[in-house]
Amino acid sequence: MKLRFSRSQLCIPYALFLALFVVLPLVIVFYFALTDKSGNFSLANFSRFFFDPALISTMIVSMAIGAAATIICLLLGYPVAYILARSGWHRKNVLLLLLVMPMWINFVLRINALKEFMQLIGILGKYNFLNTVLGMVYDFLPFMILPLYTTLIKIDKSLLEASADLGATPSTTFLSVTLPLSTPGILSGITMVFMPTMTVYVISDALGLGHVVILGKQIEHYFGSGDNWNMGSTIALVLLLVIFASTFLSNRFKDEESEEKGRALW
Amino acid sequence: MVKKKIFSSLILAFVLLLTYVPILILIIYSFTDSAFVGQWKGFSLALYLRLFSDREIMLIVKDTILLALAAASISTILGTVGAIGIYYSKKRTAKAMSAISNIPMINAEIITAVSLVLLFTMFFGGKSMFSLLSGHVVITIPFVVVSVIPKLKQMDDNLYEAALDLGATPLKALLTVVLPEIIPGIVSGFMLSVTLSLDDYIVTAFTKPNTFSTISTYVYESMNRPATSKLPELRALSAIIFFAILGVALLSAFRKNKQQGDSF
Repeated sequence: MKLRFSRSQLCIPYALFLALFVVLPLVIVFYFALTDKSGNFSLANFSRFFFDPALISTMIVSMAIGAAATIICLLLGYPVAYILARSGWHRKNVLLLLLVMPMWINFVLRINALKEFMQLIGILGKYNFLNTVLGMVYDFLPFMILPLYTTLIKIDKSLLEASADLGATPSTTFLSVTLPLSTPGILSGITMVFMPTMTVYVISDALGLGHVVILGKQIEHYFGSGDNWNMGSTIALVLLLVIFASTFLSNRFKDEESEEKGRALW
Repeated sequence: MVKKKIFSSLILAFVLLLTYVPILILIIYSFTDSAFVGQWKGFSLALYLRLFSDREIMLIVKDTILLALAAASISTILGTVGAIGIYYSKKRTAKAMSAISNIPMINAEIITAVSLVLLFTMFFGGKSMFSLLSGHVVITIPFVVVSVIPKLKQMDDNLYEAALDLGATPLKALLTVVLPEIIPGIVSGFMLSVTLSLDDYIVTAFTKPNTFSTISTYVYESMNRPATSKLPELRALSAIIFFAILGVALLSAFRKNKQQGDSF
């Protein structure tokens, strides 16, 4: 008897792939984070994470860089997204292309270009923290602009007209209609910028000349010359939990966000 | 109102300037044979000639492209089949699988990277081309899935049933009825995978064997060892990549424009 295979069975190979290459590796991270070098259960790495001065300062630096970069991205990105959303078809396409095109250039080459530029104007090595923040903004700004743009473009124009008809000034309309309606885009933009800025150590290495250490760099250190995979896994696990928690909290925006990331490139 | 417009336009101009000035300066200084950016020694194509005769860099460029094509091909096939499977699964299965499938997309890249290092060290004898290729498939495959699923949603499901009723085997129905409908999603998933793979640094750096380099890892090492590196040649490489991308972008913009024009 010839069976009609059901289409749902087609997900089996992908399910196996996910189990082996996504789920199992994360389980191993859990295991390493909760054990010591000889494989015994231990929470020592966790207490170290919260009490080791080097790690605490890394945490503070990472959050400060993340917060600064996110705020600057929001302040720059909102007006740009606003213009995009209000532009005509032609202008919009040209602008979108101009904003997205640099993202197709290799990320490390782009950072190298920025580093050479900073060297040229003489700020490289002088303001390591600031330069790192600038690098983060340079790299992640499109991830702020695109979610903002997609929410702004969905806002019903008649709401703005109604607000004006009822006597609101343009700034009142903006503050009480446009801004609240674009909250999903703002939240999605913030998560898409803040999270990576704590870990993308390529930028802090290149533009902070190694003097700016963020969480991603600490993980790299423990998996490299620091040679303490358990400690590295602990930091990774804490970050993982933070990321999952924030994803869970903004769950209703999640689907949009993942599409966004794709659309950000194409 | 006018004031707000001027303000926004100024910010837009500033953002575009911030985005393009570093790259354009690098491109300008790729046309002179100088040791560093800012030193102009007259127009010259020496850096380009040196770049093309540099075996090491040429090999790295070739390897980077091959890796991207290989990873994108695997991701596209496995991801497309997976997306079809997910779409036609029971709701709970589909939801759970989508959630897991999205993990590498939401997760910080470095967590994906170290988790793979742990996996390959424990079960597959350490880093190799296999771990590198797997790493690139892991970070690109979710993007194939999210590109294909919307196309499946747009499709009229009766088409597949009709094909079966008319005597097609499920495989034939999939290949001749479903596949043509979702091909735009598959193509954009593939392109996206190629781009992400070419762009990747962190997962590559963690999962690659010591003897292998991609453009990303090579440039990273050059940046952090400026004295011994070939940074001038990399200016030429950046310029070439920029012009290639500009070409592709203009071409696609032109085609999009034409399509839009046709629809009127």
